[in-house]
Parts: sequence; structure tokens; C-alpha cells
Amino acid sequence: MNRDDFPILNSGIVYFDNGATTFKPKCVVDAVVDYYTKYTANAHRGDYKNSTLVDKMYEEVRVSVKEFINASSSSEVIFTKGSTESLNMVVSGFMRHYLKEGDEVLITKTEHASNMLPWIELEKSMGIVVKYIPLNDCHEVTIDNIKRVITNRTKVISIAHVTNVIGDIRPIEEIGKLCLENDICFVVDAAQSIGHIKIDVKKCNISFLGFSAHKMLGPTGVGVLYGKFGLLDKLVPIEYGGGMNSYYESGGEVEYKALPERLEAGTQNIAGVIGMGEAIKYLMDVGLDNIHMHEFNLKSYALMKLKKIPNIKIYNEFSKSGIIVFNIDKVFSQDVALFLNEYDICVRAGNHCAKIVKDEINIGSTCRISFYLYNTKDEIDKLIEALNNQDKIFDNIV
Amino acid sequence: MDSSLKREIILDNYQNPKNRGLTNAEGYYKINSRNSSCVDNIDIMVKIDNDVIIDIRFDGEACAISTSATSSMIKTFIGKTLDEVRIIIDNYKKMLNEEEYDSSVLEELNVYDEVYKQPSRKKCASLPIEAIEKIIDRK
Repeated sequence: MNRDDFPILNSGIVYFDNGATTFKPKCVVDAVVDYYTKYTANAHRGDYKNSTLVDKMYEEVRVSVKEFINASSSSEVIFTKGSTESLNMVVSGFMRHYLKEGDEVLITKTEHASNMLPWIELEKSMGIVVKYIPLNDCHEVTIDNIKRVITNRTKVISIAHVTNVIGDIRPIEEIGKLCLENDICFVVDAAQSIGHIKIDVKKCNISFLGFSAHKMLGPTGVGVLYGKFGLLDKLVPIEYGGGMNSYYESGGEVEYKALPERLEAGTQNIAGVIGMGEAIKYLMDVGLDNIHMHEFNLKSYALMKLKKIPNIKIYNEFSKSGIIVFNIDKVFSQDVALFLNEYDICVRAGNHCAKIVKDEINIGSTCRISFYLYNTKDEIDKLIEALNNQDKIFDNIV
Repeated sequence: MDSSLKREIILDNYQNPKNRGLTNAEGYYKINSRNSSCVDNIDIMVKIDNDVIIDIRFDGEACAISTSATSSMIKTFIGKTLDEVRIIIDNYKKMLNEEEYDSSVLEELNVYDEVYKQPSRKKCASLPIEAIEKIIDRK
């Protein structure tokens, strides 16, 4: 990894909001631009050379994704707008047809809204029961706690691999095994872990997995839904139209295509998919284990420095991802974020789209630092320097 | 007004806000106001009698500007008629939106006249005013 690969870093910006979105290496931007400037065509539609090239590029990314997450077949990889669409497809296209009233879905209070609201809506409309897995003192999921709440009505466990506030890494391999033993469908929101930690959907017995490209160096507006073929094949399309049907007659006779096309109606975000493919190549070159180690080292370094600053409370010291959530005593998180902005340091303030995490950590609003592969210890030193000037926090309020 | 005086008034309202803490007393209209960027979260209670604002109270989690603007708003609005308050709200919004406005009606709320320079602060400064406007409209 070379910081020069990321043109935006030349401005001197210190970007610690990678949990929200990540910067893009030039190769990803170039791949998107090349599609628009050198070989624009629709996929799966034409008989001329650019169209054939687009088909090839588009489908090659599907194979890259398959390898990236170790799916059994590229037909198990559906391109979507991102994690939110992927998870909503699982809930509305599959669970709505598969679950019955009274069936239980286990989630946690530290889930992102996109892995919570679809389930809450399903609970309201068809009477499934959403239950929360109790978390331990570090706000983490443990196998024992899951075992405690599993009943013979438990049909689904749907959790983030890494949560976006606490940043704890869930033991998805063990949870997957538990799901296999109990005939439970295992849904994983990989938005925060993809591109940070290796994910093996087969080893972890994952039924469905969703992620977004933009949180792993790729473009916005594109992502993936993975599903085990047997399950994904039963997912009822949310969208109908071009590209997903084999034929239809005026009498109402319709036949839809096989996977993956059946779940990709209309022209997809082709440039985005191609950019995501480039991001995957980049990440594979750097190595996910190296990235994870780098983030963890940055977190350890930052914690050591942060602890020396008076008035700083850290809420997730022990989580193993590159996320730190903190507050300055008696200062609202947004005021801290705006103050750091004066130093061109980007952190996130608020509840991070996980509005009931407050039930867990007893505080609604925090500052979040989330690292990625291009962050450095020097940048952390700049943050520490700024936080050491906290007595000046309101100097520039007007 | 010079910046240091504005800052002093803003921070004084933030650190010692007027009427922080809700009441169980009857006769109040209550509204919750959340910033769309999902940070600030304020409850506001207003007591109105014969179209005059008798009392306003608030509580919640909010940034310095939201808290301060709520406090200044409370000081400015108590004792005013709804029509007077509507005029203040209209001019306050114009001030935040960089339109022409009548500063003579805004009293202490004039200290927020440069908030528009920081877009995310602008939302915070609008929060209490929008909440109270909803209560008045509902009435």
C-alpha cells in the first residue's frame, strides 16, 4: 500500500471516518472513468465489441467477488446498490415468504438501522418476533448468550460481522456452526468488515451476506448480496423488467432467467461494478490480514495516547477492529467533531445510524474514529495534538 | 456586535441554559425535535395562555449551538404574543438563510447572525425555532 495511490490524501486531510465511507485509490477511479471514456456499452445486450468487453469485465467482477468471499459459485453473487438493498432483499424477497407468524429472528441492539428496520417492519406486518441477543459487559455477542436465547421457534440470526459503533468482531464461524446445528438461517451484514477482515461464507455457513463497495475502496451505489444457491434461488425478485426475464407473452405467460440475472433487473451500475472489481484486486494485493493488523496496531497506538488525555472517555477499548468511540467529558460529540474539523481531521459524531446502541452504552451520542489501510501514526499524533487543545474548543464557534 | 461578545453570550447560554429541565405540570404542549443529521435531540414544552407564551422548558442532548439557541429563544419568547413570536421566527430564519431581515425584532437571537457560515451549525441553530413553530402552527 502506498499513500500516493490515494490522490485525495495530497490535500493533507486526516480522514478517520472510514466506517462511513472510504477514499478511493486512483486505479479504482481510473477503472470507472475508463468505462465511461473508452468502452461504454450496456451489459448483456449487444453484439459489438464494446458490449462484449463490458460483459466480460462485468462478469469477471462476479468471479472476483466469489473468490473474495469464497462463495461456491458466481451465480451466488448478486450486484445491488449496497448493503442496505442487499439486506432489504433478504428480508422482503426471502424472509417474508419463508417465515411464519411467531417465528423468531435474533438480532442485537448494536445493529445498524439497515439490519434492524427491515426486521421491525416484518414484525409489524406479519407477526414474526424480533429478539435481541444479550451482549456481555464489553457489548459483544458470545456464543453462550446466543445459546441462551435460541428456542425451537428461532429461524434466523441476523447480525453484523463488525458493528459500526462498538467495532466488535463477531465470532461468525462459531455462530455459523451453531446455525447449522439448529437449522437456523444465518444473515451477515458485512458492511463494516468487508475489505478489513477476510470473510469465508462457506467456512462460516453464511446463508446470506450483504456489503457495499464504497466502504472497501470502491465506488458508491454498488454492493453485493451473496446467498447460498438453494436459498437465493427462492428469493422472490423485488424488481421486474429487462435483463431478468427469458420471455413473456400477452397472455401473461412469463419465464424468468436463472440466477444471477433474475435478481438484477434493469441496467445495473456497470461502472460501479467494474470499480468494485478494481478495489477487490487492490485489497487482495495488500492482503486483508495486513490491513486488519495495521488497523489494530493503529487502534492500540491511539488508545495509548488517548488515555493520557484528561476528560476522554473511551467506550470500546477492547474491540478488535479499527474503531474507537469516545467523548470528551461534558462536551457534545458534534462540538468535538466540528472542533477537529478546524484541524482538517474528519471524525463522525452522533449515533452512527444505530439508534438503540444507547440502550447498551448508556449514551446516545459519541465521536467515532474508524481507521483504514492508509491511516498512519502521524495522523493519530495530529489528532492527539488537537485534543490536547480542547480548552480552545469553542474559540471559533462564531 | 463583536465576535468575542457574541461568543460570550452563546457560551453563557450553552453553559447556563435558561429553563433546562422538563416539568410534569399541566397545560404544556410538548414536542421532540431531532436534527436530521441524527445528532441533536431536544424535547421542548411550551405553555400558551390567551395567545401569549407563558413558559417554555427544554431538555435533551444537543450541541453547543442548539442548546444555546434554545436558551436564547426561551428568553426571547416568554411573555410575547404568538403573532410577535411568528415575526421573530420569520426574521430569524431569514437571518440564517442569509436573506434580508429585521434585526431589531430579534433581541438576543442576533448573536447567531454568523452561524450560516458553518452549514452544519445552521441546522443546529434552526432546531429549537422549528420545534416551536410546529407547536404554534398546531395551535
